[in-house]
Amino acid sequence: MKNFLFAAAFCLPFGSVAAETLTVYTYDSFVSDWGPGPQIKTAFEAECDCTLEFVSAGDGAAMLARLRLEGERTEADVVLGLDNSLMEQARDLGIFAPLAATPEGLALPVAWEDDTFVPYDWGYLAFVYDNTRLTEVPDSFEALAASDLSIVIQDPRSSTPGLGLALWVKAAYGDDAAGIWQRLSDNVVTVTKGWSEAYGMFLEGEADMVLSYTTSPAYHLIAEDDASKSAVQFSEGHYLQVEVAAKLVSSEHGALADGFLAFITTDAFQNVIPETNWMYPATGAAVPEGFGSMITPAPVGGALTISDADRKAAVEEWVHALSQ
Amino acid sequence: MGARVEPVSRLTKPLGIAALIVVAVLVLAPVGALLLRAEAGGVSAAVWPAIRFTLLQASLSALISVALAVPLAKALARRAFFGRGLMISLLGAPFLLPSIVAVLGLLAIWGRSGGVSDILALVGLGPLDIYGLNGVLLAHVFFNLPLATRMLLQGWQAVPSEHFRLAAQLDLAPRARFALFDIPVLRGAAPSALLVIFMLCMSSFAVVLALGGGPKASTIELAIYQALRFEFDLASAAQLAMVQLVFGLAAAALAFHFGKAAQFGGGLGAPFQNWDKRKGPKLLDGAVLVLAALFVALPLLAILAKGLVGLAALPSGLWGAFVVSFGVAMASTLLALGLSLALAQLIETSKRGGAIELFALLLLATSPFVIGTGLFIIINPFASPFALALPITALINAALALPIMLRILRPALSRVQQDYGRLAAGLGLSGWARFRLLTFPQIRPELGFATGLAAALSMGDLGVITLFAPPDVETLPLLMYRLMGSYQMEAAAGVALVLVASSFGLFYLFDKGGRGAGV
Repeated sequence: MKNFLFAAAFCLPFGSVAAETLTVYTYDSFVSDWGPGPQIKTAFEAECDCTLEFVSAGDGAAMLARLRLEGERTEADVVLGLDNSLMEQARDLGIFAPLAATPEGLALPVAWEDDTFVPYDWGYLAFVYDNTRLTEVPDSFEALAASDLSIVIQDPRSSTPGLGLALWVKAAYGDDAAGIWQRLSDNVVTVTKGWSEAYGMFLEGEADMVLSYTTSPAYHLIAEDDASKSAVQFSEGHYLQVEVAAKLVSSEHGALADGFLAFITTDAFQNVIPETNWMYPATGAAVPEGFGSMITPAPVGGALTISDADRKAAVEEWVHALSQ
Repeated sequence: MGARVEPVSRLTKPLGIAALIVVAVLVLAPVGALLLRAEAGGVSAAVWPAIRFTLLQASLSALISVALAVPLAKALARRAFFGRGLMISLLGAPFLLPSIVAVLGLLAIWGRSGGVSDILALVGLGPLDIYGLNGVLLAHVFFNLPLATRMLLQGWQAVPSEHFRLAAQLDLAPRARFALFDIPVLRGAAPSALLVIFMLCMSSFAVVLALGGGPKASTIELAIYQALRFEFDLASAAQLAMVQLVFGLAAAALAFHFGKAAQFGGGLGAPFQNWDKRKGPKLLDGAVLVLAALFVALPLLAILAKGLVGLAALPSGLWGAFVVSFGVAMASTLLALGLSLALAQLIETSKRGGAIELFALLLLATSPFVIGTGLFIIINPFASPFALALPITALINAALALPIMLRILRPALSRVQQDYGRLAAGLGLSGWARFRLLTFPQIRPELGFATGLAAALSMGDLGVITLFAPPDVETLPLLMYRLMGSYQMEAAAGVALVLVASSFGLFYLFDKGGRGAGV
């Protein structure tokens, strides 16, 4: 017993030095048992001789707010789960470090060059409907506004896809965006705080269509063997959401963080994404068969990222147009 | 309020002041912290519509809930029927529902493809469109009509049954009974109920958005959320929080002005018997009870039905989440109970009792996001807020329950003082003995109800934990939202059912314990 205690006391300090802990802030659904988190943790720990700890912090915007609140004190080494609508705001904070190496093998629908953020997956926003109840679907925002179909959407002031939709309409219609929203207002059944409320209400039959992702039908097809959900393709092109990760300047585990960012574009990470995050892998890694039947729209024109001021303006325009 | 009285124990004052300090810190420090940390920003004129809509929906929600609660509480007070006890308990249930669960439950009945729309379709009408102010009010009345009913019912039950017998013996006209019983009961209990519901609805936002039909239905709370989450505009969040406090203060001042504690005197504690044998009122009460039961029970049954299907798909983390939720709920309930009793005694004995109570009620008008963010800023320089996530969650939940408990316990404590204070003083009864022998048995029903509400509120709370959510810690509401966020709607419905059942179970144990076996 004495020997054991001695050995334990002797070994512990060395043990804790050898096993570094990398702290990664991410959003809620990433770390849940059904999200990519658990599998990615296992895969990374198998090759890093470290502990990977995910900390869930609401969603992308909430995560950024939390980093600002914590300031110097933050324990985060890496942030995973920001997207292109938040990238410029995040960059302006000056808390993210440049990448140690250019990510390899990226295969996004658009050209990608960034020295700070690594994309880990992407997807298109789309309206999803029940193909057993709806046969005629609109092929554009104009057609949707002219139809009497009902939609449920998310509020850009509290939801990431909601913000994406406001930016989508803005990118497609520019100065006419407010007009489109005014014409859409009688189609909008309601606006929810987040994606879950909206999708839940759609599944309950409260609206014909819901704002979600082109890959949502793949979930129902693969996980539930249910082919009744489809996404509508719009001729304006679709809003592309690229989800990204970055290293914090303040990280005390810089080399390990660089290792994790490089790990993101390997197959061990990318192969987990489609069936846990229900998005497309950033490297063109193989996707399951069910993804083959999804629509493959073109990205809507305009810049991929947006400045803080333009984002605020687009949200205010949305509020104003729908409040008429 | 009766004449000021001597403290019943030498501990009354120090304990009360300690509780008051906790309240003061929770009301003032977060707003102060936000203002100190704020760099630039502030509210713009764009927030005016949100302020208008907040006041409109909160006032209407409170008025409608209490107006409908009057006939319901009166019917419950004067009728004995099979299942009455169960119905009174069930009235606690809607109040405890997480907002998203309540919205989906309500839509199953009142939605465009809900039960009522289906029935209307049979006769070629519909579908029902509740989105807009109507939908918001429907949800808020569903949440709060039961709470208002319980608060008013307590008023009627404080009337000694001997009074009703005397009224029957004297064959008093309905108008005389109304003036003798109903008016004083309502003046005692209605302003409190109006105030609590107004404040609760003021800080509602997920429900308001989901059923409000668009950004026209925005509240101050949404603007606070937006400011803290997207814009990181701490100044504007703090200013909006102050706007809420001012409205809370104004509402509380109004309620205090019009409220007047009912003074019926003590009775012998004989069980209530209905001496009124007329047919008309009996039929009317019956109709009111049936309609209210349907209104409250149908959405609950929809939640139950969906949850039962989901029980098959319950996730593995459920038990751990339950234990965490339960632990936090118990801690925050004990804290809220201690704080509210200490404060209530201080209010009873202090010359500035009214001001103290007004101040404590402001907790209800404080946004949980502002308290959470404020505490985060205060704690962060000294310790990792994540390490303290659970204690902070328990503290904030206790703080939000405190004003409701205070509004329920205060009238009961005043009544004890009014009816037995002199007797107790004459007998030299004080301190723990006074609480055990006199106060506790007298306020037991109110204590059970208030404690049950505090426990269940904490169990179902999501707002605060998301700000701090540490790794590996999952509460039931958090688990439910995470499931929904991963398309697992069925499993989420199962977790929702477990959550609602355990919240209601906790509420029922305390509430039933308070009312005793016979009531």
